[in-house]
Amino acid sequence: MLAHRQQRLAIVLFILFGTAVAVGLVLVALDEGINVFYTPTEVSSGMVPENQNFRIGGMVKMGSVVKDGLQGAEVNFLTTDFCNDVLVSYSGPLPDLFREGQGVVADGYIDNGGVFQATQILAKHDENYMSAEVKASLDAAEEHDAEVCQQ
Amino acid sequence: MWQWLYKLGSPRWFYELGERSLPWLWGATVFLLAVGVVWGLAFAPPDYQMGDNYRIIYMHVPSAGLMKGCFYMMAICSAAVLIWKIKMADIVAKAIAPIGVMATLLMLASGSLWGIPTWGTWWIWDARLTSSLLQFFIYMGIIVLRSAFDSQDSAARACAVLTLVGVVNIPIIEYSVEWWNTLHQGASSLGMRDASANPPEIWIPAFFTGFGFIGLFFIGLILRSQNEILLRERRTQWVRDLVAKETAGA
Repeated sequence: MLAHRQQRLAIVLFILFGTAVAVGLVLVALDEGINVFYTPTEVSSGMVPENQNFRIGGMVKMGSVVKDGLQGAEVNFLTTDFCNDVLVSYSGPLPDLFREGQGVVADGYIDNGGVFQATQILAKHDENYMSAEVKASLDAAEEHDAEVCQQ
Repeated sequence: MWQWLYKLGSPRWFYELGERSLPWLWGATVFLLAVGVVWGLAFAPPDYQMGDNYRIIYMHVPSAGLMKGCFYMMAICSAAVLIWKIKMADIVAKAIAPIGVMATLLMLASGSLWGIPTWGTWWIWDARLTSSLLQFFIYMGIIVLRSAFDSQDSAARACAVLTLVGVVNIPIIEYSVEWWNTLHQGASSLGMRDASANPPEIWIPAFFTGFGFIGLFFIGLILRSQNEILLRERRTQWVRDLVAKETAGA
């Protein structure tokens, strides 16, 4: 390779790595700020901003959803990261995918009682898709197993 | 291999290669898209919790792939422009940019449409969505920057530098869902009969539409490059001959 081309290659590499390092440092400096939600563990250990809204994200704990009010418009549930749970209270429309065992992201604040008062609930979908038929047969197989266990 | 690359650098050779490959590309692309769309929309089974909503992946995932692929190709061309001053590389980089914009727009729009029923919102400033929107602005910035120069050579160099700066964002988009908490899900894994992975009857149509999108990309790349070649080489003998032949034929 000719000398002036080598020099230009060096410039290209310098632009690439220079930008990568600069952007990388910015991202490291922003660190947690980039996360779109806090986990229940972070909330329990008080790592969340005080007196302002933030988002909490985790799984809706199995068996924790309690609905009351008119047509179940008020809903209480535990959000968990399998280490810590945070009680979330919400009233309003829920996304179709909201259910126990599903990922959830809630926007709101912690009240004096330590309950997360949500103003918005978003469902987090995972990266897996399953056909309705397969799901039905899986559920049937699970039920069958459960019956076998009981005998 | 080097000789082939060397030939690709010749605008005339590129133009003629494009002429020869276009009919094949059109045929393959129409076939792939038709199979992918019909299979994906009519025959792939509905998802157990999203129903038919999930079918947007047959457009969303290929356009996301194209958004990344276009920019990587532009970055390679930009390096060639800066290091070897290959004219053809600049023509290709210029030709790709609007295709990348279209892919990015399709990706953002289809993702938002899916987000409304699934997440409960069409937009959230999480790392994946924000970095993707940023990529849209980088694409637009490159197009605008090019039109801001009178000199073709200065435009080529400036765009090449901006493209090399912008390419840093592509791996950030890619890994954003792993590095940070996001509402956007991680990349789907594909499996044949592995229960934990996604079933083939759902992802196979995405392969067809994916390769169909790649076909569309090459068609757009060739057509736009050919226009640019004719414009830039309009004073050469072979373009004059071509124009004379075409006008005589018509």
